[in-house]
Amino acid sequence: MGHETISQIVVSALLANNFVLAMFLGLCPFLGVSGKLDTAFPMGVATTFVMLVASLCAYGLNLLLSAFHLEFLRLIAYIVVIASAVQLVEMVLKKYSPALFRALGIYLPLITTNCAVLGVALFQTAREYDFLQSMAFSFGGGAGFTLALVLMASVRERLQLSDIPGVAQGTALSLMLAGILSLAFMGFAGMGG
Amino acid sequence: MTLPGQQEQKLSMDTFLEGLWRQNPTFVMVLGMCPTLAVTVSAVNALTMGLATTIVLVFSCWLISLLRKLVPKEVRIATYIVIIATFVTAVDYLIQAVSLALYDALGAFIQLIVVNCIILGRAEAHASKHPPLVALTNALGMGAGFTIGLFALGAVREILGSGSLFGLSLFGADFQPWVVMILPPGGFFVLGAWLLLFAWWKRRKGGRALIAEGQHHGA
Amino acid sequence: MTAQVPVVEATPTTSMIKTLGIVATVCGLIIVGAYQGTYSAVAANKKIAIERAVFKVIPGSKNISEFYAMPNGIAPAAGETPPGAVKFYAAYDANDRLTGVAAEAGAKGYADVVRILYGYSQDCRCIIGIGVVSMRETPGIGDKILTDRQFLANFTALDVKLNADLSALANAVKTVKHGTKSHAWEVEAISGATVTSKAVGKGINDSAQSLLPKLVPQIEKLRSRQS
Repeated sequence: MGHETISQIVVSALLANNFVLAMFLGLCPFLGVSGKLDTAFPMGVATTFVMLVASLCAYGLNLLLSAFHLEFLRLIAYIVVIASAVQLVEMVLKKYSPALFRALGIYLPLITTNCAVLGVALFQTAREYDFLQSMAFSFGGGAGFTLALVLMASVRERLQLSDIPGVAQGTALSLMLAGILSLAFMGFAGMGG
Repeated sequence: MTLPGQQEQKLSMDTFLEGLWRQNPTFVMVLGMCPTLAVTVSAVNALTMGLATTIVLVFSCWLISLLRKLVPKEVRIATYIVIIATFVTAVDYLIQAVSLALYDALGAFIQLIVVNCIILGRAEAHASKHPPLVALTNALGMGAGFTIGLFALGAVREILGSGSLFGLSLFGADFQPWVVMILPPGGFFVLGAWLLLFAWWKRRKGGRALIAEGQHHGA
Repeated sequence: MTAQVPVVEATPTTSMIKTLGIVATVCGLIIVGAYQGTYSAVAANKKIAIERAVFKVIPGSKNISEFYAMPNGIAPAAGETPPGAVKFYAAYDANDRLTGVAAEAGAKGYADVVRILYGYSQDCRCIIGIGVVSMRETPGIGDKILTDRQFLANFTALDVKLNADLSALANAVKTVKHGTKSHAWEVEAISGATVTSKAVGKGINDSAQSLLPKLVPQIEKLRSRQS
């Protein structure tokens, strides 16, 4: 609960309880964007950034809402903050890296509906993490998401040159791959205390 | 995903059936994956999640459709999200009131319904362009299709991974459950298997149609 | 979900604010309505769940009362837990006599926190039962703590008596390897499920170390139920 150390939280969110492969968060972009490595990595980084911002705001919002006993507004407040954070990232990217902005295209606003981002906010609230723990959690989670995305993209790029039966192409194959990756990541369980 | 026509759709059986089969959210559109894989460790959890999502989907689409002429284009996504979040919060309390056990089993994924791509996608693509009754019926069909998808997954995973269905033991005490099925990898594998099955079936159907056409032309 | 390029001129700000205002009001009413409407049902559910759990770990109980144990005394529970206070439940039988005290314990297991409720009896100065409140341990391995009879037998008389100056447990609760239990304050782990077993032992130790030094000096005050 509040007894976990920072390193335990980061390692756990990164590997043993990987957001995508163990907690099933962020699956839509995971299956959708992981086709090519050069879009997968920036997507992961953008999502991690949004997760950090969302985590920060969620922590502050939770303190505020608890003080006024308005807990039932928590969900709405979180999701509005996330939508705003995504808008912010979009504007920043558009200004400083238009090529990347165009490459990510439609997937950038879709970060708003990425369960991983809202998931970070909800889980850190449920586990009653303090400020540093929340930051560590969102960083580890985002890094884990990026890791899973990059791994998936690398494998899928290789597979494009392979001879796959027509019936298995597409999402079915991605899911089987994800299952194998998830199985592999189970080996990390218990790591980090 | 086919683009909806510009005219407002008339209410028909197809409005309901569309979400059930042709545009099934789980097997065809592959949307809403997070809850699909996370909560389908048992048939009961799957059904509850499907029901909760359907309630949110139906009410949100209905309200959004009612307000569709009032909401300015620039703020529509924000408005939809707020409306969806409202109904998710309501359903969250409803489930707590009905059964705390179910609530604990579904965990954070009830609140994560708000970012279920199906709902926002449906609101944007359909509810904002059609009258309330049409939107409501379509949402009901989508929700039903989603629930069927969840149940297909939950039932298989529970039977293989726990040897039971709805908590009733099927194979007796000596059954060695295939535990991986109720762990995360199992979710991926079972859904992949379902999609494989569907793709194969669609090919066979398409293949047969082609052969029939060929025979027709050749004769 | 692509944004369509608007062909008409942008909507005036006042109209946007008006719409958002209407939407916010409607949504606010729905949320508050749902919250108020379900409040009593949710509270009742929570009470039933706690009662069921406590009755399971302290057999023979008919009623429970909530308290806080603090360094300077015991107080009935009300509102939020003050810092440094440990919440516990006093269980009474049909004649309003104290049957035991129950408290929550938790420690990180294999996957997530394992939360248990344990029952303590002053008569034997020991723990008399446990129940798992929530856990996400591996099915077939870690979840054996729910059913393994030998493991559960650890907790029918787990020695948690205090030391001479009542400041801590005389012997800390420790989880030991399967087959090596030699003292009444040790918990024998399930072979093959050591991590989860250790979590249960650690949780109990942490909670007992924190609760019992505050509770035991005052426990005579709880012997009969005050309504």
